[in-house]
Amino acid sequence: MTIHASRRDLLKGTGALVVSFSLVGTLDQTLAQGAKPLALTEVDSFLAIDAKGEVTLYTGKVDLGTGVATALPQIVAEELDVPLNRIKLIQGDTALTPDQGTTWGSLSIQLGGMQLRNAAATAKAALLEEAAKRLDAKKEDLKVVDGVVSAGNKRVSYGELIGGKSFALKLDHAKPAASKDPKDYKLVGKPVPRVDIPDKVTGRFTYVHDFRVPGMLHGRVVRPPAIAATLENVDETSIKDVAGVVKVIRHGNFLGVVAESEWGAIKAAEKLKASWSKSQTLPDAAKLWDEVRASKVAKDEVTSNVGNSAEAMGQAGAQTLKATYDFAIHTHGSIGPSCAIAEFKDGQLTSWSASQATHNLRKQLATMFGMPVENVRCIYLEGSGCYGRNGHEDAAADAALLAKAVGRPVRVQWSRADEHGWDPKGPPTLIDLRAAVDGAGGVTAWESEFFIPQQTAGSFNVPLVAATLAGMPAGDDIAPGNIFQNSAIPYKFANVKTVCRRLASTPFRPSWIRTPGRMQNTYANECFIDELAAAANADPVQFRLKYLDPNDKRGIEVLNRAAALAKWDTRPSPKRDGRGGEVATGRGVAYCKYELTRTYIAAVAEVEVKRSTGDIRVTKFYLAHDCGQIINPDGLRNQLDGNVIQTLSRTLIEELKYDRFAVTSLDWASYPILRFPQLPELVYDLIDRPNERPWGAGEPAAAVVPSAISNAVFDAIGVRLRSVPFTPDKVMAAMKGTA
Amino acid sequence: MAQRKSLNVNGKAARIAIDDADMPLLYALRDNLGLHGPRFGCGLAQCGACTVHVDGKAVRSCVTPLSSLTAQQKVVTLEGLGTPQRLHPVQRAFIEEQAVQCGYCINGMIMESAALLAKTKKPSEAQVKEALANNLCRCGTHARIVKAVMRAATA
Repeated sequence: MTIHASRRDLLKGTGALVVSFSLVGTLDQTLAQGAKPLALTEVDSFLAIDAKGEVTLYTGKVDLGTGVATALPQIVAEELDVPLNRIKLIQGDTALTPDQGTTWGSLSIQLGGMQLRNAAATAKAALLEEAAKRLDAKKEDLKVVDGVVSAGNKRVSYGELIGGKSFALKLDHAKPAASKDPKDYKLVGKPVPRVDIPDKVTGRFTYVHDFRVPGMLHGRVVRPPAIAATLENVDETSIKDVAGVVKVIRHGNFLGVVAESEWGAIKAAEKLKASWSKSQTLPDAAKLWDEVRASKVAKDEVTSNVGNSAEAMGQAGAQTLKATYDFAIHTHGSIGPSCAIAEFKDGQLTSWSASQATHNLRKQLATMFGMPVENVRCIYLEGSGCYGRNGHEDAAADAALLAKAVGRPVRVQWSRADEHGWDPKGPPTLIDLRAAVDGAGGVTAWESEFFIPQQTAGSFNVPLVAATLAGMPAGDDIAPGNIFQNSAIPYKFANVKTVCRRLASTPFRPSWIRTPGRMQNTYANECFIDELAAAANADPVQFRLKYLDPNDKRGIEVLNRAAALAKWDTRPSPKRDGRGGEVATGRGVAYCKYELTRTYIAAVAEVEVKRSTGDIRVTKFYLAHDCGQIINPDGLRNQLDGNVIQTLSRTLIEELKYDRFAVTSLDWASYPILRFPQLPELVYDLIDRPNERPWGAGEPAAAVVPSAISNAVFDAIGVRLRSVPFTPDKVMAAMKGTA
Repeated sequence: MAQRKSLNVNGKAARIAIDDADMPLLYALRDNLGLHGPRFGCGLAQCGACTVHVDGKAVRSCVTPLSSLTAQQKVVTLEGLGTPQRLHPVQRAFIEEQAVQCGYCINGMIMESAALLAKTKKPSEAQVKEALANNLCRCGTHARIVKAVMRAATA
């Protein structure tokens, strides 16, 4: 094997690289000790305690920058009574961690954390039982401090009790073991600092982008100029001057280069001349919504049906209101483009990536290469923030394809244009709403239709780009995520019918992006109920309260607390005073019960609108939030910041641009996102309910952002914004009545 | 084809082998020297994830050709700004404010802020926001980042 000069530099390396290599060693050593249980029904799948009392926690849920690498150990440390710093966390390694499902939906604590709590509580009960025998004491007389059990002056440590042996205990997550009484909590509910931050602010953290394996090469993929173009010809002589090129890989419409150095791969990919067929498959962007409306409907899904809305709508004397809302196509836009490393060795594929679903990726890669799933191992390494299924899995497929072709480990780093152009997109969403109101402004019927892509039954397999381009088994599933959620409403009108018109196709490969469907659907619902409140000349908070289920006390409390937090001015919208000045101000409210089953959120946005330009500035954003038991209030606030700010960006600014061939918004100039000067003041009221189960926190907060802003703009200028993003020209058009 | 290039990185002389004199500094730091602080974000000087200091100024290493640097110019990365044992005040403030989500952009936020505070000791919040206006964060950590920089300024 020839080692390129820059490889030698690499191997001489720094401390940080040694970490990377030792990480490989540790995992291999663990595996060498024998097959580790992975079933969700075994304590040993989730945790191990060695002779020194060090705890290793194995979780299929991964930290995507959300802080669960702190919060999950925090739950377990509490339950076991061990210090947090004695817990080592292994995340998302298909050889070592149980499959707890994709890390999505703000379910890491709600589902994953509760499985871990159950495992820890079960383990602790067994440890105490054993300790009682060894110490010749009654179980109820035992005390545990920092992993040491004592009875009077007799002591035994967890390390002595279990030390490296397996627990061999079963778990039933439907009937979890009795866990600690929240009144005894020392760690849960406390703002424990995140374990990863010191390394991240000093450059010691190893992201997937930093990971290196011995003998590794660098790959780049040359993307077609049009989404469905076919590769006609490749001129390899065009890169004969680029140093260190190892191979050009052509596989159907997949074209990639592998080089000794990363810069060599970048230059080769840029310079490689290839000819492609002309292919126009995308709709005219200016007519997107006509196209969506005209799309073939695969099936209608009725998501709620109460009373007889059709009859109520047709009743004599009923006034009917109608509105149509749309929500643009969005890209994930992680700051670090996707990256992955792959190695084929002895018929085994090892893939390192920042996939939020390594267990599922493993199956997809096995399908792509026609390998038994047992021969594929996917290992999670943290990447740049991930807000859903972005390009990580696709980069993993690229790396695997290139690694197989060259017989050496290959790292693939996507370019900015790869990421903006080729990550799967949040699909366009079009929503029609109708309501019937009586003479007193009371709502007698509500009907809605959501034009959203279908979901291949039971599938969350977003086809891997490399497999599709290469003509390898990829499947053609459509998997936008459970985007029907929150199409039904929390308001108790006498007649309600909500329907998802599941479209057979959508212009871009869809996937889930933060708060998928729940954001778009809540936006339309919460704006439209505001329209009804305005039509009834009612205060928007009071109007909502009138129709919420009186038995849903937590929902009512959240809405009232958001109003109190914002010192809500009770009156109908729009604002009657102060109209006519250059800067109009307004406030809007929005409410959501996430998926109608869990986390409650209510928001109040305060905005300024410049009449001469249509510029919207969100000045303050208030949020009341009830996710039940809070594990880490500081982590929760951090996630709320993230969800509110990112959604502000999506609501005000973001929109995918494309022509008939491909995505054209390939950088941050053509797909701008929110910048520091646009930052609002954020004010929260966190409702902690230690005795309730913890629900998801994070993405539910994003659901209420677009509608709170739209409603605030209506309050300010009396104009309803029904098309995300709320760009200045849309505001101007709406003011002129031409929208 | 390989050629040698001398750099001064984090106070030490470094000699690296390169194929292209115009390779951006970012790749020398990450691939030749194995540093993790500067990060690839766009390669277009649009996001700031790759920011390092060259003679005390914040520059975008993804568009800084090695040929533009001499062996005497002092390149400082996040690793050289401060260490876990001897944190730079901005790094310490980011920990104290827990001003990180995924942390991918944080290198740029810290390097840009440290350069700002070196010349403007007591910036207003508006000045901090303006100084960071061309540094992008996708997680939405902006509010904590501003707080952290303000905290570092008063430390």
